[in-house]
Amino acid sequence: MIASLLPILILLPLLGFVVNGTIALTRKGADGEAPSTARHPLVTLVGPGVIIAAFALAAALFMRIRMGLPAPAVVSLGQWMPAGNLVVDWSFQLDQLSMVMVLVITGVGSLIHLFSIGYMRDDAGYARYFAYLNLFVAFMLVLVLGGSYPVMFVGWEGVGLASYLLIGFWFGEKANADAGKKAFVVNRVGDFGFLVAMFLIWTTTQTLDFIGAHAALAGMAGTPVVLAIALFLFVGCAGKSAQLPLYIWLPDAMAGPTPVSALIHAATMVTAGVYLVARAAPVFAGAPEASLVVTSIGALTALFAATIALRQWDIKKVLAYSTVSQLGYMFIGVGAGAYTAGVFHLVTHAFFKALLFLGAGSVIHAMHHAYHHTHRHDDPQDLRNMGGLAKFMPATATAMTLATLAIAGIPPLAGFFSKDEILASVFSRTHGSPLAAASLLGVPGTTVLYAVYGIGMLTALLTAMYMTRMLLLAFYGANRTGEAEREALHEAPAIMTAPVLVLSLLTVAGGWLNLPSLIPIGRTGLLEHWLEPVTGASAKLLAGTTHLDHSTEVVLVAVATGVAVLGIVIALVLFRKPIADKAHSPAEMGLLARAYGVDALVDAIIVRPVQALAAVVLDRGVDRGVDRGFTAGGSLLTRTASLVGARLQDGDVGKYAWLLAAGALALIAAITLS
Amino acid sequence: MITEALIVSAILFVIGVVGVLTRRNAIILFMCAELMLNAVNLSFVAFAKLHNVTGQVFVVMVMTIAAAEAAVGLAIIISIFRHFGTVDLSKLRGLHG
Amino acid sequence: MTGFFDFQFYVFALLAIVSALLFVTRKNPVPAALWLVNVMFALAGLYVMLDAPFVGAIQVLVYAGAIMVVFVFVVMLLNLGKNELTDLRSLGAWLGAGLMGIALLANLLVAQRHRLPRIASAPAGTNVVEAVAASLFTDYLVAFELTSIVLLVAVVGAVLLAKKRVQA
Repeated sequence: MIASLLPILILLPLLGFVVNGTIALTRKGADGEAPSTARHPLVTLVGPGVIIAAFALAAALFMRIRMGLPAPAVVSLGQWMPAGNLVVDWSFQLDQLSMVMVLVITGVGSLIHLFSIGYMRDDAGYARYFAYLNLFVAFMLVLVLGGSYPVMFVGWEGVGLASYLLIGFWFGEKANADAGKKAFVVNRVGDFGFLVAMFLIWTTTQTLDFIGAHAALAGMAGTPVVLAIALFLFVGCAGKSAQLPLYIWLPDAMAGPTPVSALIHAATMVTAGVYLVARAAPVFAGAPEASLVVTSIGALTALFAATIALRQWDIKKVLAYSTVSQLGYMFIGVGAGAYTAGVFHLVTHAFFKALLFLGAGSVIHAMHHAYHHTHRHDDPQDLRNMGGLAKFMPATATAMTLATLAIAGIPPLAGFFSKDEILASVFSRTHGSPLAAASLLGVPGTTVLYAVYGIGMLTALLTAMYMTRMLLLAFYGANRTGEAEREALHEAPAIMTAPVLVLSLLTVAGGWLNLPSLIPIGRTGLLEHWLEPVTGASAKLLAGTTHLDHSTEVVLVAVATGVAVLGIVIALVLFRKPIADKAHSPAEMGLLARAYGVDALVDAIIVRPVQALAAVVLDRGVDRGVDRGFTAGGSLLTRTASLVGARLQDGDVGKYAWLLAAGALALIAAITLS
Repeated sequence: MITEALIVSAILFVIGVVGVLTRRNAIILFMCAELMLNAVNLSFVAFAKLHNVTGQVFVVMVMTIAAAEAAVGLAIIISIFRHFGTVDLSKLRGLHG
Repeated sequence: MTGFFDFQFYVFALLAIVSALLFVTRKNPVPAALWLVNVMFALAGLYVMLDAPFVGAIQVLVYAGAIMVVFVFVVMLLNLGKNELTDLRSLGAWLGAGLMGIALLANLLVAQRHRLPRIASAPAGTNVVEAVAASLFTDYLVAFELTSIVLLVAVVGAVLLAKKRVQA
């Protein structure tokens, strides 16, 4: 029964895509352009409508599963690739883990769709926007509901495509189109890893569906093959979830509309990598070295991105680097075998990061209107042009403040519980777990885990700092926008503030999803129990014989809270001063503001050599050489042949006699030589 | 003797071919063709000595036809000469494609 | 006896070949025609030596006596002066033709060798002319009749083609 409803879940947003897409393609304005698609009522109804319907269905499925799900519900929609002894079906499965993801995707997705109605109201590509957004949700659902690696890969690639379409939504500006391309190309590098992992899984287990493959691989724990599979899967995760060194696309992806950043690059698509690690938990649990790699890279990424965020002036870039950093936290969690903690942080992060992005969207919306009012062309996203916006947008300001406190890790908000659980898990596994026993490039696992914990703490400090900085610069203090603009600054319309408020409620209450036993203010460990059938065994495997006694836990919690408060205080002190930095172009910026110059480095080391190579090999070699060689050669051949042929028949009888004699000679020679 | 005759026949034939390839005067070309026919006749006679008399019968046929061909061919050459004023084949290019 | 016979054979053969070579290389068509006549006489001798007296006689009567005469008539009729006579092609053409000729000759000789058993000449016992007549008028009667029609057609055609157009 459950299984038969799964296709409907995916078909709903797909239907939305078709309807909105048709409207986008067919409705044209008087002058042939597409302006009249804006605010089309059917789009407004269908776009968010299908996602809300999907959420309702997901909620119903959740209630059903709550009553008990002994085994994952699997449905197969027919054969896809029968090739020899490889048979791949269109199989989908629903278990506790995918249920969580589905609820987040459809729930947060609905809120963002509603927000978009207000945000994209005056955009000419209104219908196209909702078409792409629905397409994205459809593919994301395929990703999390996929029952085998290939089906998941379809969703994986599909969300990459939707991301490209949405990042480059305003493709009239070359920079936006370039950002979309960059995202797609960097993702491709990751996808290569995913594909290699799939090939390895196939050759090792002769099956590609999750249930079968994981059962087989769990039995092979500790072998080099499993290690290889895990590492290649992580390459795919690094690409999709913006970890070092494949994170470079995410800051550029802010070129897309802000709700897109909220949905795709905060709440859902970028978390696909975390979902994959949790889904492939048997594989990662069977390869402790790979898990160490995952957790280390997560830690390094978290720190790296946090340092950059400290010096960004664009409000969306701050949030982008923050996302990269928080994703690092999630990988710290799932890398250490604390799958529940990682998924928990995924959910809470979805709440407060979506909230932050939507709030930023409201702010940008207001700033845009203000500048429009006075016809100035300053950057509405630059924090240096904001300030004191709490006076003009109280609701948004309150929500953003709540979200900042949450992400910093102040109890009892959501971020505190999830972040704390991750770090506590890492700390507890430093002794007595397979992770501690393993070693990474010669460094013993225990040292690695301690380092990860330390980095995690440092990053928490930095997180509190840069988020407070952002809050201060945008909402508090004196307003720097300008006298004339100030009168045009106002709160966002209800359709935009309502989702923001709902998300702030979730941010406050989200911690209740998985309260630790230390703080039993409600039912503890809800999420842990929920995910037990899926990830429990793997988590136990990596936890080994670790145990965190009560007093250590209290100390850890206290330290974490202290660090968060310290960060906020430092920020309040440091960033109260008036702003001296007027830099706008990379040449004027300092190292952190330029994000360590990584983009320039990649451009110099990878992009330019490839372009030069292409100019030589593909342009001169293939295009001019081979292609034109073939066409010019072909024509040359024909011309020569025709010249020869023409000369053979010019009426010169002597020539005919020659040919006759030659032919006769050939015939006789054939006879004598045979 | 028969082999010698055949060798002579081959040589004469080849001389005829060389003549056809190198001469431009239509009448001489025609005469080279006659030479080739004669060479073949010699072959036939040689083989007639080897097998039965049919070879000689065939030679008679060939000669008759050669006569007819010579008559008609020379009439054509006369026509050409009247029309074009020359029998130089390199100047007669009406047969081009 | 055989020695003299062979010698005679080689004389006729040589005569034929030399005359042919001379024929091919003459610029003036009249001497060329006469050399060709010489070739035919030599061939007639060869025919007789190959036990084909009838054919030899016909060769002299028809070929040398009628056909070549027609050729000479036409040459005279067309009155090709000396300035028309530089019709030999270039040296390159001669060389090319020569090569072609040698190649052809080589092939022909090789072709002959394969299939020809060396046998002695048969004794001249039977009456060859009688045998030819018998074969011609019985086995090949149809061919014989057809050739006469061909001759008729040729005569008519030749007259028609060579007729002067009557200017009105």
